[in-house]
Amino acid sequence: MSDTAAKPRPQFRNIGIPQILFSYRLPLAGKVSILHRVSGALLFLCLPLVILPVFAMSVGSPESFAQVAQVAGNPLVKLILLVLLWGYLHHFCAGIRYLVLDLHVGLDKVAAQKSAGVVLGVSLALTLVFGLKMFGAW
Amino acid sequence: MSSSNNFGTKRLVVGAHYGAFDFLVQRVTAVILAVYTLVLAVGLLAMPAFTFESWRGLFTFTVFALPVGQVLASLAFLALAWHAWIGVRDIWMDYVKPVGVRLLLQVLTILWLVGAVVYFAKILWSL
Repeated sequence: MSDTAAKPRPQFRNIGIPQILFSYRLPLAGKVSILHRVSGALLFLCLPLVILPVFAMSVGSPESFAQVAQVAGNPLVKLILLVLLWGYLHHFCAGIRYLVLDLHVGLDKVAAQKSAGVVLGVSLALTLVFGLKMFGAW
Repeated sequence: MSSSNNFGTKRLVVGAHYGAFDFLVQRVTAVILAVYTLVLAVGLLAMPAFTFESWRGLFTFTVFALPVGQVLASLAFLALAWHAWIGVRDIWMDYVKPVGVRLLLQVLTILWLVGAVVYFAKILWSL
């Protein structure tokens, strides 16, 4: 219509994975946010593939219940279960943080940064505790 | 975007005003799942020993012959499927721009989740 259109307008797109991994140094709350998404996607994908088959084994019969521990003896299975356990715990803790933020509690920069750190710490600590329990440390 | 472009192949395939409803559903299902998680956690901690019978009992316990354990687990799983649908759909909406590819992924997501619901129902209600 007019020659002012010659100048390209700036475009703002969603953040892509390479930017998340390499260009941006995300603040703690940003790390919690993307891990919330990653853990959710992981749980979604593994639900019918890993979680439900293991659940079926665990409640099926005393024999299949005992078999779960046997299958989890495999280091690769153990790693998968541990990652899923972390995924659930992180999604749980970060989700509670978002519900609290939705109530307009802890929205200021310092408090939000602090609660993000707590989410990362608590979910990792719980993963460690449950992981050790799962692998029969006691 | 001028509204005169919003028809035919130029038509926006969003904007049915379901955003606020889905926002609320995502949070309500999150609360349901968090509460059910805590119920299971309390049940696990209250067990004298982690045995097959006590573990299975978390999902099969009855109250006055009513299958409360199975009903609670079913409700929680339906909340999970609805919650996951909104979350995964948001991922496709954020990262997948071609409308056809996004529609295909959304259809596959629904099939995946409905399949999971049926699979879970089969496991749970054959106990």
